[in-house]
Formats: sequence, C-alpha cells, structure tokens
Amino acid sequence: MPANDEAEVLGLLRDLPEVTPAQLSALHDRLAESSQAAGVLDVAYRTLDTPVGTLLLAATEAGLVRVAYAAEGHDQVLESLAARVSPRILKAPRRLDAAARELGEYFAGQRRRFDLPLDYRLATGFRRKVVGYLPGIGYGDTASYAAVAAAVGSPRAFRAVGTACATNPLPLIVPCHRVIRSDGDPGPYLGGRDAKRLLLELEAA
Amino acid sequence: MTGKQPFEAVVADHAATVLRVCRAVLGPADADDAWSETFLAALRAYPDLPGDANVEAWLVTIAHRKAIDVTRAAARRAVPVADVPEKPAAGRADGRDLDLADALAALPRRQREAVAYHYLAGLPYASVAAVTGGTADAARRAAADGIANLRKTYPGPEPVGSARPEGETHARQR
Repeated sequence: MPANDEAEVLGLLRDLPEVTPAQLSALHDRLAESSQAAGVLDVAYRTLDTPVGTLLLAATEAGLVRVAYAAEGHDQVLESLAARVSPRILKAPRRLDAAARELGEYFAGQRRRFDLPLDYRLATGFRRKVVGYLPGIGYGDTASYAAVAAAVGSPRAFRAVGTACATNPLPLIVPCHRVIRSDGDPGPYLGGRDAKRLLLELEAA
Repeated sequence: MTGKQPFEAVVADHAATVLRVCRAVLGPADADDAWSETFLAALRAYPDLPGDANVEAWLVTIAHRKAIDVTRAAARRAVPVADVPEKPAAGRADGRDLDLADALAALPRRQREAVAYHYLAGLPYASVAAVTGGTADAARRAAADGIANLRKTYPGPEPVGSARPEGETHARQR
C-alpha cells in the first residue's frame, strides 16, 4: 500500500461539509445553558458597551465577582479569574442579565443603587474591609481617601485605601469612584480619570 | 495553580475540529449531540487536566467515548420494523454518485476513526492508537485503508463551477 501524501489527503477531506460560525455559535450557546444547568459553570461572563467603554462583567454562582474596564485588558482579567477562581469559564450572558440591566439604568440616570448579589472573594484583608465600606457612600456623595481610612479604623492608612480602590474587583457597583482627594481633585481611577469625572458628573446631575 | 487558560479559549480553539471529528465518526445527525456531551464533560474535568496536557488529544479522547455512547444509545432506541429501508441508494439529484460525507460514513468504524483522528484532528498515529486501542501501526493501516476506500467510492468534487481555495492543486490519482 503506498503511503498517503498528507497534503493530498487533506485536500480530499476539504470536500467535507464546512463548519460555519453560526453552527459553532449555536453549539456554544447550548454548552453555556447545559453547563449552567449541570452546575459546572464556575464563572460566566459577558461584555457590555457603556459611556465609559466596554466593560467585562463576570459572575460566579454566588454573585457578581468582577467588573473590568477595557484598560485592564479583558483577556488578562479572564486569565486572572481562571487562576484565582476557576478555569471553568464561559461567555454565558444569561447570568449577567440583571447586572447588565442595572448598569444600563444607572448610565441612563434611572438607578441610584445596585441591587445585585456580590461575590467579594477577590478582595481580601484590608482591601476587603475598604471595599465593604464603599457602598455606604451614597449616590452623588464623595469621601476623601483619609475619611475612608478613618472610617475603617486605620486613619493613617489613606495610601492603602488608594491601593484598595485601585484594585477594587467591582468598580461602579462598589463605588470607589466616589473616593476623591482631600483637595477636591477626583484623583486616579482604574478606569481612567476621564471615566471617574464622567461618573461623578452623572451622579451630580 | 499554573496559568491554565479560561475554558472559553479551549472552546474557541478546538470547537470546529471536534465538530468535524464528530461528524466524520457519527454522521451529521448525531454530531451535535456528541459535540455537546464532549465539551460538557471536558468543562467538568478541566480543572484536573494537567497543565502540560495536549488539549486536542484530550478532547478527541472524550469525543471518542461520547461517540461510542451515542452509538449505543441509538442502537437501544432502534426498534425492529418490518420494512427497513436500505441505506440511501447511490445516485443523487445533482447527478453525483456519493458525497464525501456519505463515503466516509460508509467506511468501517475503525477506518473512520483513524481517518478522523489523524487527518481531521491532526493526532500522530501513536496518539490515535492511545484513543482507539491497538497499536500505532494498526492505526496507520486503518487510516490508509480508509483513504484508499474513500478514493474508490468518492468520485471527487464537481470539476466545473465548484469554488476551490486559490492555488489548490487538484492532482488526485484515482
């Protein structure tokens, strides 16, 4: 039996019916549903276009676990979720329906607080303490880094408060954009200074 | 934990190949079910997959088992009836005797598997043998026999008017 020329055989097999993007998309959707039903979808995510750019939203079974700005690099964020939470990650928008709806209402000026189950597992130690305090700063209000430091019982730790805000796993939902400098300057933001200004102006309207 | 990529990336990288393999081994009607079972099982087991594992070979191994399950389930469902139609007779409306998918479906299962796992999934014969059992030489022979049979039964693409990728040669000894 003569050996088959691999390239020639592959040319022959190219006559098989093609696999279309629509077919793969339908199978992907079916996998998202069945994995959710089977309880093996540890992290579901989607993206959402907003006035502050495209956001990545990710949720565990427990709740929203990560909101990420484009500047953070969505691929890197997903890799980090794979390492820190679980690699069982799929793009599966349904689990994020409520988060996407509430964020849409927020940007439309129709929502002042979020009512979503949150999974704080990516914030630990002092950062967790800060992130847990921030939802207490109401819509339209601001607080200084020093004031937040004092409120969580470590008045000298205002720099650590800055770090906690810069690594907030749930920006927007946990309002680190309401923490500003004592002189009134908005200060840095993980979504960029422009995004922070936009959010503060939205809430001041 | 080492840097294992999100499972979404595994789906993006391997979905099309696994679907081609499932179609080749099972035929188009059962391929979607086998694909879905394969990726659901893979997602379930993914955290335990060693970081240096060959993901394609791992997926083909799962798909092979799922294909066997699907075939057994179909056999259990099959109810004897008095007048069983034979396989579709050669000769199609478009005048071609047999399309390649039909020709592939008509191969003995071992040949179909060897062709699918080696040529469609790109596994070396040693890996094919690890999936199907038997030796690498036996897998190589099964694939060669399969291709030889395909050449006998499949007349080739329609020569006129069928779009082919640019630069592809049609040389095919038959």
